[in-house]
Amino acid sequence: MAGLTPAEWDALGLALRIASVAVIVALPFALALGLALSRGNFRGKSILEALLTLPLIVPPVVTGYTLLGLFGKHGFLGQALATIGISITFRWTGAAVAAAVMAFPLLVLSTRAAFDGVDRRLEAAAETLGAGRWRRFVSITLPLSLRGVLAGIVLGFARAFGEFGATISFVGNIPGQTRTLSIAIWELLNQPGGEDAVQRLVWVSLAVALASSFAVGLLRGRAAPVEDAPDA
Amino acid sequence: MLEFDVQWTRQDFELALKFRSEARALALFGPSGCGKTTSLLAIAGLRRPQAGRIVLDGRVLFDSTAGVDVPAVARHLGVVFQDGRLFPHLSVRDNLLYGRRAQNAAHGIAFDTAVQLLELDKLLARRPQHLSGGEARRVAIGRALLCDPVALLLDEPLTGLHREARAQVLDYLRRLRGELDLPIVLVSHQPDEVAALAKEVVRLDDGRLAEQLDVSAFAARYATA
Repeated sequence: MAGLTPAEWDALGLALRIASVAVIVALPFALALGLALSRGNFRGKSILEALLTLPLIVPPVVTGYTLLGLFGKHGFLGQALATIGISITFRWTGAAVAAAVMAFPLLVLSTRAAFDGVDRRLEAAAETLGAGRWRRFVSITLPLSLRGVLAGIVLGFARAFGEFGATISFVGNIPGQTRTLSIAIWELLNQPGGEDAVQRLVWVSLAVALASSFAVGLLRGRAAPVEDAPDA
Repeated sequence: MLEFDVQWTRQDFELALKFRSEARALALFGPSGCGKTTSLLAIAGLRRPQAGRIVLDGRVLFDSTAGVDVPAVARHLGVVFQDGRLFPHLSVRDNLLYGRRAQNAAHGIAFDTAVQLLELDKLLARRPQHLSGGEARRVAIGRALLCDPVALLLDEPLTGLHREARAQVLDYLRRLRGELDLPIVLVSHQPDEVAALAKEVVRLDDGRLAEQLDVSAFAARYATA
C-alpha cells in the first residue's frame, strides 16, 4: 500500500469518501424501508420488494444511464436541483448517488432481515410499558438487531466502494472527482504498461473486500437469536 | 371494575365472552386454549376484538360501536406476560425503569419501594439471562408495577416455575395485593393460584363464559391446596 502513487492514493481516498457518504445518506432510508417491510403489511408491499431488488438485477450501466436521465440537465431531478444551484453530474456527489443506489438494496435487505430476527413480543411488552413507536425502535428493535444492521452497513459499504458500471455511465471518469479505485483500475487496464499499477490497486480492492467479508461474517456469526428471559 | 364483552375469531377459535365484575382481584380461569390469554391481551390492547366493549375502572378502553380503541401504549396497564419478556439487552435496573422512563412518570410506586417489596436489590446489575425463573418473574412484576399502571394484568404468573419459586412469587403477589390498591386481573389454569389471589373468578370454557363465582365457592369446588 505504501507504494501507491499520489494519483492512486487519490482514487483510493475518493472511493472511500464516496462509499462512506453513500452509506451515510442511504442508511436512514434503508432503516425506514427495512422496518416497514419487516413490520408493515401494506398494499403494494410485494411490488415495492420487487422494485427494491432492481439495482441488483438491472445491468449497472442501465442504472447509471437512468440516473443520468433523472439527474442530467434535462432530467426532472436535475432541473429541481439546478434551481437551488446544485449539479451532481460528473462530480463526486453524483458518484456517491450512484453508489448509494447500488448499495441500497443490500442495506435494506440486511436491515430487514435483522429486524425480522427481533422478537416482536418484546416490542409488544415495551408498548404496554408506554413506549411509543420511535422509543420502541430506538430502545428495543435497533439494539437487538444492531449486529445485523452493522453487517448490512459493511456489506453496503463494500458494494459502494467497488461500484463501477453505474458510476462510469452516470458521472464518467474524472480524476479527483469520479475516478474511484475501480475506475482507476479500468483506466489503467487500457493503458500500455499499467500492469504494475493495476496489480497494486487490485490488491487494495481485494483487501477492502476481504476485510468487509470477514467483518460481515463475524457480525452475523455472533448475531445470536434473541432469547427471551428464561421461564424456569 | 371490569366490563368485558368481546367477540374475537381466528381460524378455528372463537371467543365470545361477556361478563361484568366489581371485584378488585379478578381471575380468568380455565384450561389452556379456552381464551383466557386472548382476553387478557384484548384488555392490554395487544389483540383487537372484532366487536365488543371493554371498560376498566370506568375507563372505556375499547368500544367497537363508538369507534373507541385506546392503543396499548396509552392504556397504562401493567402487564406481566407468561413468558416474562424481559429485555435481554438491558440490566434488571433498566428493565425495571423502562416504563417509567418511557412515560416520564415520577408518580405511582417509588422505585425503591418496588425493589424492596420484591426484594430485587441484589439483582439490579444483572442481565435477564442470568436470573432464575423466579427472579425473572419478580423483575417482570416489578417492571409492570413501575410503569405507574392503573391495573395489573397477570398472565399465568406462576407457570413454569418450580415449586419453591412458585410459593415465593405467590407470596410476593399476595403482598402486592395487600399493600397496593391496584386492581388485578389474573389469568391462570391453576386452581390454587386463583384461590390464593382472586376475589372473584370467571371460568371460561372454549371461548365462552362457563360460570362466574365468588372465590370461596370456587375454592370449595376446584382448589386442592
